[in-house]
Amino acid sequence: MTDQPWRLANGGDIDRSKILRFAFDGNTMAGHPGDTLASALLANGTRLVGRSFKYHRPRGIFSAGVEEPNALVELRTGNRQEPNCLATTTELFDGLEAASQNRWPNLRLDISQINDVFSRFLPAGFYYKTFMWPANLWLTYEHFIRKAAGMGKATRDPDPDRYDSASAHCGVLIVGGGPAGLAAAMAASESGERVILLEQAPHLGGWLRREKRTIDGAPAMDWVAHAVARLNAAADVRIFTRTSAFGYYDHNMITAVERVQDHVAIPDPNLPRQRLWTIRARRVVLATGAVEQPIAFPGNDRPGIMLAGAARTYINQFGVLPGRVAVLQTNNDDAYRTAIDLLDAGARMAAVLDVRDHVNGDLANRVRDRGVPILAGYGVVGTKGYFGVRQVSARPLSGGDTVRFDCDLLCMSGGWAPQVHLHSQSGGDVVYNVDKSCFLPGQARQNCVSVGAADGRFALQECLTDGAVGDDIREQSMQPVWSLPNAPGRHDKCFVDFQDDVTADDVALAHREGYVSVEHLKRYTTLGMGTDQGKTSNVAGLAIMAELKGQDIPAVGTTRFRPPYSAVAMGVMAGRAVGRHFQPLRRSPMDDWHRGKGCKWIDAGLWRRPHFYPRPGEGVDAAGLRESRAVRSGVGIVDVTTLGKIDIQGPDAAEFLNRVYTNGWKKLAVGKARYGVMLREDGMVQDDGTTSRLTENHFVMTTTTINAGPVLAKLEFYLQAVWPDLRVLVASVTDQYAAIAVAGPKSRGVMQRLLDIDISNEAFPFMAVAACNFAGIADAQLFRISFSGELAYEINLPADYGQAAWNALLETGRQDGIVVYGTEAMGTLRIEKGHVAGPEINGQTTLGDLGLGAMQSKRKHNIGKSLAVREGLIDRSRPSLVGLVPVDGESWIKAGAQLVENPDAPPQVAMQGHVTSIAYSCVLDHPIALALLTGGKQREGDELYAAFTLRSEAVKVRVVSPHFVDPDGRRMRG
Amino acid sequence: MLLIKCPWCGERDMVEFTHGGDATKVYPKDDATPREWHKFVYLRDNPRGEHDEYWHHVAGCRQWLKLRRDTTTHDILATAPADGDLDL
Repeated sequence: MTDQPWRLANGGDIDRSKILRFAFDGNTMAGHPGDTLASALLANGTRLVGRSFKYHRPRGIFSAGVEEPNALVELRTGNRQEPNCLATTTELFDGLEAASQNRWPNLRLDISQINDVFSRFLPAGFYYKTFMWPANLWLTYEHFIRKAAGMGKATRDPDPDRYDSASAHCGVLIVGGGPAGLAAAMAASESGERVILLEQAPHLGGWLRREKRTIDGAPAMDWVAHAVARLNAAADVRIFTRTSAFGYYDHNMITAVERVQDHVAIPDPNLPRQRLWTIRARRVVLATGAVEQPIAFPGNDRPGIMLAGAARTYINQFGVLPGRVAVLQTNNDDAYRTAIDLLDAGARMAAVLDVRDHVNGDLANRVRDRGVPILAGYGVVGTKGYFGVRQVSARPLSGGDTVRFDCDLLCMSGGWAPQVHLHSQSGGDVVYNVDKSCFLPGQARQNCVSVGAADGRFALQECLTDGAVGDDIREQSMQPVWSLPNAPGRHDKCFVDFQDDVTADDVALAHREGYVSVEHLKRYTTLGMGTDQGKTSNVAGLAIMAELKGQDIPAVGTTRFRPPYSAVAMGVMAGRAVGRHFQPLRRSPMDDWHRGKGCKWIDAGLWRRPHFYPRPGEGVDAAGLRESRAVRSGVGIVDVTTLGKIDIQGPDAAEFLNRVYTNGWKKLAVGKARYGVMLREDGMVQDDGTTSRLTENHFVMTTTTINAGPVLAKLEFYLQAVWPDLRVLVASVTDQYAAIAVAGPKSRGVMQRLLDIDISNEAFPFMAVAACNFAGIADAQLFRISFSGELAYEINLPADYGQAAWNALLETGRQDGIVVYGTEAMGTLRIEKGHVAGPEINGQTTLGDLGLGAMQSKRKHNIGKSLAVREGLIDRSRPSLVGLVPVDGESWIKAGAQLVENPDAPPQVAMQGHVTSIAYSCVLDHPIALALLTGGKQREGDELYAAFTLRSEAVKVRVVSPHFVDPDGRRMRG
Repeated sequence: MLLIKCPWCGERDMVEFTHGGDATKVYPKDDATPREWHKFVYLRDNPRGEHDEYWHHVAGCRQWLKLRRDTTTHDILATAPADGDLDL
């Protein structure tokens, strides 16, 4: 033992033979394995651990578990610094560093404590009322308010640790490893169920670890050891400790966080820091226990004032004496166990204050027999001691003289609240039970049951279902009093919600101001909205509200509990989906080559595509221009693997295409491709692409990169749900093929040298398709199609041969000056040709809008045809596709710019349309644009302005045909 | 998180599926009037209680299915193939 003045010589689940060093606000202290940060701080005599959220009042350790509202600390330093960690659940490890929060410059001297002096001017809703006007200053106010009312700070560095997620399935899931949970696990295991048991603490036993209880006449932990041994020996029982179930979702799905490596300074590199479990259970047993409630008496928040159950936990589980002279304020019998344990540990009990007028339970009598004054019908009316309670004053609730007790510990107990959170989250009702003075789980909505204290069965015997006998003692029922009045003339604060600094007066104020529903009460006062989720504040808050309304608690009701039950780190929610694993990355088979060439990437859905391949000193414009010029004058290749490729087979395949595309497909010859456009049911264009007939009943459809998934899903829907009689099957083959477009006047020469078939214009004309052997690669598919408007080919190869084909093209084309080009140049080439793409097929355009009206067959029905002829969709004044050139022959037109007659006219200006795509034409040698303009091609020759108001720019533009280059298509057909 | 019984694969987690809209709407015939198409495309009820929906086992067998869900409780009352009958 070292200098831990409050550490008891004996008792507790701690290993006194080992010393763990830790630091709190820079002060080095010692603790033992088995300690929490809170128990170690108490052992060292540190009582002041934080400042309250709003008034910056000194606060101490209040509880010994997840309900802790006060002892929130920043844990660790550097890139592992984590805010708002509960000292009461943080396991001590050697080298632990913690810092108090919400104070400046330090914990004992905190400038913002002035808020407490002026607190009468800071009532509930103060910020809402005061800083709402003038509204435009709120942003300024908020900055300072947030700073003053801050919680802890997280690191700004990337989290160095790894988080995992995992799934599990079981017959019976038990939440809670106390006596009720262990008994349920044994019963479920014996009936042959696959069992999972979750316990938030490091060890099983629940409250039995915190009490001096006996089962079958032996220490209760003997029974726990026996139960754990039986469960460990059973097949199909998995026990998770340090695992908190925090969410209960539909269809019996529970989420839990397993803190795998939170209890060590630096996680094992081979283990995740935490693991997010998603568990589906046939049946769920909620053995989540109960949390002791405080009493809102005047001055109830000083360091040294804690829950009665917590005080005996520090004695029994941690071997720490929480005080040497104690006062207890209670409304129930259970709290007398704390008085007994304090006496046994050597503390003096100055007095027990009991709100009940008659106190005669067995536990109370034992305390009285040991010479402790029990003041029946008394309540605390005030406390003294700034950094720790020094004196308690009490008064009969019926009025009378004040008595004072010097003490350094004030324990309070407002009885126990079953932890119905998960039951409520699952959709089950929560019902107030008048006999037990607590909310209990009502009708379950899912296959779950609450047992033990979580079901209001507080007696040990009620938790044990295996025939064991608990040491229960006759207890007098509690009196449902959770708030005590000030003495006449006094206005001390009675805290209801310690974390959010909500007092009984705040609840009363909310009531006076008309916030009468529980939901409004919570939002207005922030009652129960802290990280503790109101575990120690909801009951008192509701009781005060009920009293003010003159109603009983059941009439006031409670709110639905929402996940998470306890705070969950964002890191474990993200799991491994961080950095480059945030979402899957789809890469073409030639991706490594592109990367090696230093290409700049651009995202296209989950794919990345080469945007351009810069030479030294080149930006996107220069590189794009160079690449597009090279294609128009020579030959270039572009990786088009990302285009969607859908294999369509079956006797009715042509009929199916007829129904989904606007144009006809039955007469398409084998070995030919055709451009197709498909509509949505509402008549708007959905997607476009080329579909080829490989054999009589076998087609391959291409889609845009972005729409590959949605189009396939739709085709599947039509075949499965709408026309199940059609004998057609579809499958995505996007990933099976690498695809390369070879474009430019010299493309034929390059391709012919690599092919085993004749591709002269006569043998292989525009829109021809053939199977071929390409550069020695069998099973290639050649298409004479052109997105660029040049003489062009596309070659599809089994994906693994993509790089070989790419290399062969570069090698063979070297003599022709072959270049590689990216999507920037590809875009320029298609814009010069007036080919529409994503910016034009924007979900709001019809065939007519895109200048594709002739694509609609008049002789057959297809999806979208019926609604495409609606009045509004055939209105000639609809914005439709045009080309734009700058009148000055040089200004760039901004994509997204609005087309207006007069850019200087005051708002509101009639919008004539907008610019969809822009490029620098390599043929015309000036900027060009595509746009959707009201009136469309009838306005060719008009002059307008492309106004980009975000930058106060306006460019005078002339409306021209969207076909800037080779409008007759001679290049691609030649 | 729903647990959806795919008619082909059995019970699978909701993350494998995408929602595909109202399955009480019957796809119009080719010769349907614009009014019928309008009803099919635009008019939707927002029922409290039982509702038939299409779902797509998109990360599984890629089959579409019909599903009857209680919109107040998320109970799934029946599933069937996309061209099947939920009442059978």
